[in-house]
Amino acid sequence: MRKTSILFIAGIVIVLALGFLLPWTVRNPFYFFVGYVVLQYVTIATGWNILGGYAGYINFGAAGFFGAGVYLSAFLFTTFGLPLPLCILAAAVFGAVLGLLMGYLTLRIQGVYFAIATLGLVVVLETIVHNISALGGASGMAVYGPRPPAWSPGPSQYNFTIMLVIAVAAVSLARFVEISWIGRGLRAVRASEDAAECSGVPTLRLKLLACALSGAVLAMAGAPYPFYTSFVEPVTAFSLIIGLNAIAMPLIGGTKSWAGPVLGALLLASVQQIATVTISSELNILFVGLVLIAFVAFAPGGLSDLFGRRQGRAKS
Amino acid sequence: MSDTILSLKGVEKHFGSFRALGPVDLDLRVGERLGIIGPNGSGKTTLINCITGVYRPDKGSVHFQDRDISHIEAHKRARLGISRSFQIPRPFTGMTVLENLLVPLDYCQVDGSKEERARSVLASVGLSGRISDPSEKLTQLELRKLELARALVGNPEVLIADEAMAGLSEEEIDEVLAILFALNKSGVAVIMIEHIMHAVMRFSERIVCFETGRLIATGTSSEIAENPLVQKVYFGE
Repeated sequence: MRKTSILFIAGIVIVLALGFLLPWTVRNPFYFFVGYVVLQYVTIATGWNILGGYAGYINFGAAGFFGAGVYLSAFLFTTFGLPLPLCILAAAVFGAVLGLLMGYLTLRIQGVYFAIATLGLVVVLETIVHNISALGGASGMAVYGPRPPAWSPGPSQYNFTIMLVIAVAAVSLARFVEISWIGRGLRAVRASEDAAECSGVPTLRLKLLACALSGAVLAMAGAPYPFYTSFVEPVTAFSLIIGLNAIAMPLIGGTKSWAGPVLGALLLASVQQIATVTISSELNILFVGLVLIAFVAFAPGGLSDLFGRRQGRAKS
Repeated sequence: MSDTILSLKGVEKHFGSFRALGPVDLDLRVGERLGIIGPNGSGKTTLINCITGVYRPDKGSVHFQDRDISHIEAHKRARLGISRSFQIPRPFTGMTVLENLLVPLDYCQVDGSKEERARSVLASVGLSGRISDPSEKLTQLELRKLELARALVGNPEVLIADEAMAGLSEEEIDEVLAILFALNKSGVAVIMIEHIMHAVMRFSERIVCFETGRLIATGTSSEIAENPLVQKVYFGE
């Protein structure tokens, strides 16, 4: 096994151990309430980057997948009493199928047309949810989550740990994609689709796979959300801020590697949470916009590229 | 099996009402060196795109090793053994030189270690010293060599070199020609599309000339040079 893989696995073990231990050592549940949102965005940014970063297909429909995960999980739990892990698994499968469908319908178009088509997905799904009374329609639905198990001290801590496991799974998947033949093929597609196809890369099939994986992760990120808020409504589940953050965070962190979206999400989501508490929740979008403009102008490769260049310069 | 490895029968390609190519009938023999010439817009690249599967012909058929591949996708044709380089180099940016070659090796069947195969092909085109460099840092000549190496790494039966020498100096042209001659010696049929006439004349056993999408002449270098139709295309009445 490569040294980087061993380090990655060690890192995961440490993060997971902290995720299970911290709820028993940190008393204030608010930190876990905030931490949940940060980890949710780590998952969203990581999921988005599989298609948007590796393959270069800018997906404006992240909120559509997230919202689908939110509603499917809420519906399965309230209607059938399905346990949370199964709700998350079902959301992942549904997200993958939705991703395949979106990919099949849109992947033959490129650039701005693809982006517009994916934006349409959010509008379509939100409209569908608005018109289904079993999902609460426009007024939303209340979801009273499961009692936390004995290994977790409270609901906020439980949601946090669940989201941490999802985030770790998402990052591990993204890393596997990145270092495998899938990632190499997707990066070739990003560089030149014709050249990739003429090199034997099944570009359409690979892009469909990326759509499915990305959709699965994005929907999975939404699955625990009903239990976190105890209430879901279309406006928040398919919110613009989710779609915007899904793009902004990988761009700020860097899209070439799995670490970029993680870094971008940790940074931006943390600052957003601090701004929400100390200034105003309404300033979030303005803040994201300003940071995004600054990065596009001064560090288009994102933070990881910036660090990489500094390291390169230091070595030489 | 016949000694024809690639065969085009009545191939036509239209873009709207504009006929970009055809009808074209053309055979390539096993291990042959075929040159394709013609002015800009004569349909050379469209022809290549029809052979490699980037375009599907509107009429006619493409046969490879006696098999109709007209409706087979481009990546499957590459795996069958039809490989190409591009007129404007298209390196897989964001990857090293070595990784550029690992992409086709991930998807094409090649015996032995992928990395060893990639390294040996890079050595054969003179890029051993650049293996770990990002492809963005290569010179024009090195980019041309990388294009060829990427096309060769999957062990093709046919290589199509689309203006692989454009923009190169005389010494650099000699280098690329030496690579193509060595490759052909190993049994690979090479189709060379080129505007650099002395290179095509030196390299090709047979040359075909296109004008406005039609094949107007075929023959050896000297026959093509003396063909009045070819002279008319290049020098006017």
